[in-house]
Amino acid sequence: MDIIDIGWASLPLAIIGGAIRVSTPFIFVSLGECITEKSGRINLGLEGNLILGAMAGYAVSYLSGSPWLGVLAAGVAGMLFGLLHGLLCSVKRVNDTAIGISLMVLGTGLAFCLGKPLIQPKAPPLPSIDFGYWSDTPQLRAALDVNALFLVGIALAIAVYFFFNRTGWGLMLRTVGDSEDAAKALGFPVLRTRIFATMAGGFLAGVGGSFLSLSYPGSWSEGLSSGQGIMAVALVIFARWRSLRALWASLLFGGAGAIGPALQGMGVTGYYYLFNAAPYLLTLAIMIASTSRSAPFVDAPGELNLHR
Amino acid sequence: MGQVLSVSTHRVPWKPSAIQANIGYLFAAVVIASLLFSVFVACYGKNPLEVFTLVYIGGFGSGFAWQDTLARAAPLILVGLAVAIPAQAGMVIIGGEGALVLGGLAGAMVSLPFVGEPALPMQLLILASGALMGAGWFAIVGALRQYRALNETISSLLLSYIGIAFFHHLTEGPFRDPASLDKPSTYPIDPSYMLPVIPGINVHIGLVISIVLALLVFFIMRFTFWGFALKVVGGSAKVARMVGISVNRWVIGATAIAGAMAGLAGAIEVSAVQGTANSSLIAGYGTSGILVAFLSRHHPLAIIPVACLIGGLQASGSLLQRRLDLPDATILVFQGLIFVCVLLADAVAQKSNDAKGS
Repeated sequence: MDIIDIGWASLPLAIIGGAIRVSTPFIFVSLGECITEKSGRINLGLEGNLILGAMAGYAVSYLSGSPWLGVLAAGVAGMLFGLLHGLLCSVKRVNDTAIGISLMVLGTGLAFCLGKPLIQPKAPPLPSIDFGYWSDTPQLRAALDVNALFLVGIALAIAVYFFFNRTGWGLMLRTVGDSEDAAKALGFPVLRTRIFATMAGGFLAGVGGSFLSLSYPGSWSEGLSSGQGIMAVALVIFARWRSLRALWASLLFGGAGAIGPALQGMGVTGYYYLFNAAPYLLTLAIMIASTSRSAPFVDAPGELNLHR
Repeated sequence: MGQVLSVSTHRVPWKPSAIQANIGYLFAAVVIASLLFSVFVACYGKNPLEVFTLVYIGGFGSGFAWQDTLARAAPLILVGLAVAIPAQAGMVIIGGEGALVLGGLAGAMVSLPFVGEPALPMQLLILASGALMGAGWFAIVGALRQYRALNETISSLLLSYIGIAFFHHLTEGPFRDPASLDKPSTYPIDPSYMLPVIPGINVHIGLVISIVLALLVFFIMRFTFWGFALKVVGGSAKVARMVGISVNRWVIGATAIAGAMAGLAGAIEVSAVQGTANSSLIAGYGTSGILVAFLSRHHPLAIIPVACLIGGLQASGSLLQRRLDLPDATILVFQGLIFVCVLLADAVAQKSNDAKGS
């Protein structure tokens, strides 16, 4: 294909394409964390689930030849680790923030150990859908070459929205997260709900990890994650515990993160690392602007430990 | 708990005191973690006893191993304090890495204009600028918490990523020594300004600095009004305000001191080990600090042996890799297992303390 020079117009295209790529794992981890936090628990260790999922997904995709089976395996690996978090945090007086960090260390260690033999082989990657087939401009086609998991993520955000607001289980989850006493009075199984919510969150974080190893960058290495799992906690606050806003927050975060690489692709390299700070600066700035001393986090689930 | 009136008619012959019970639970946790770790390495087809022997040899088995361990322990003590000090005021801070790398960068840059000056003032300047840089960076965390009600865990995390991005930008851009080809670094510090080693043992003086600071923090927390005020602030901001303690000042002060510890750790790494600021500073110190602080239950004195233990574990990682062909992340698994087990033991210990009615 010929490279058509479209000048600076390729910058926004590169940012859009980059935003889709960068934001996909964030969509999954932030939705997962959203579900967990809505139940009144915080999982700071989603990074462990994510890296474990990335490793498991890559391994299964390599062994079975089916990337979608890999995604499933990644989810299951993340879910099992979420179950561990859920069970550990059910012990009374356990500090869930600290458990999250400890499981992050453990999960990262396990994934690096078990994934050692996976650094060389090449696993089949996930497919992408070419929405730009009608165009002759390669930059546009590159931007519209959307990975399949991104679309799954969008559907999932809508599904989680309906789950929270239109289903009985969603109501139960929110009640457990808002007031343990009310939930108990209504006869809801508080612990079981929280464990399931943590498992669901872990599953999604694992799937988010499989995007890293199976789509972009699309291989397994120890430097694969740059803290996508840890950022979930910040993104959920940013999204004020709403699933659709978590989707927008992830897209915005991904877009900010794509500026640096997009500029680098255009030959502007001097500020590459500085632009890497852009998503974090943006998140911090919006959080500063949207909180206030008098009304901190009004939307936060009442039982959430992080905001006393 | 729940019992208002309790009459004890006879004395129990021997009742473990709180500290003995705590150490007992800690010991049990480490044993359980070791058993789980044994199962893990056994799955790899290695003999667990051999692994533990190698961990001992690599971390504590020889003078050389101890040098490595202690040199690693020095920054671990400081990043542990960086988590433990805000924890006294009820804050969980997880972004020590950003303050550490920026402190290291400040330490690496500040002495460059000076040539041929006496060593001691320059060394003090390097350490002070690292600490100041870290303090300023982390004071933002406290200020955001007090003035914008922004959770300190999240803001310190975001600031850590921002700090690391700045660090990369500066070390690979404006501050880069063009001679550093494969590993972008700042210009090297004049060798005469590097921190000396402790006479007798081949470990840099940073170890002494960090141990002295840990002792100092213990003393302040235990015996002075400052420590008491910080605990009141951590217990209840409302009570603190009622008794006339300025909560803003204490919270921001605590985070700034924590940042100073992390920044000092970076400056020590630069001026005692690396000689330049480069990406070797980004070595997971943030997480290690949390590990050290939680394992020692935020007790400033307990941080010293725990940092030596973790330093020893990390030092033995390369030996495991060389001798047994285990992945170097094996030690990460062991650390994670110890961390999880100690947290659980902590919760169980607290429960049994409550049951005794204390």
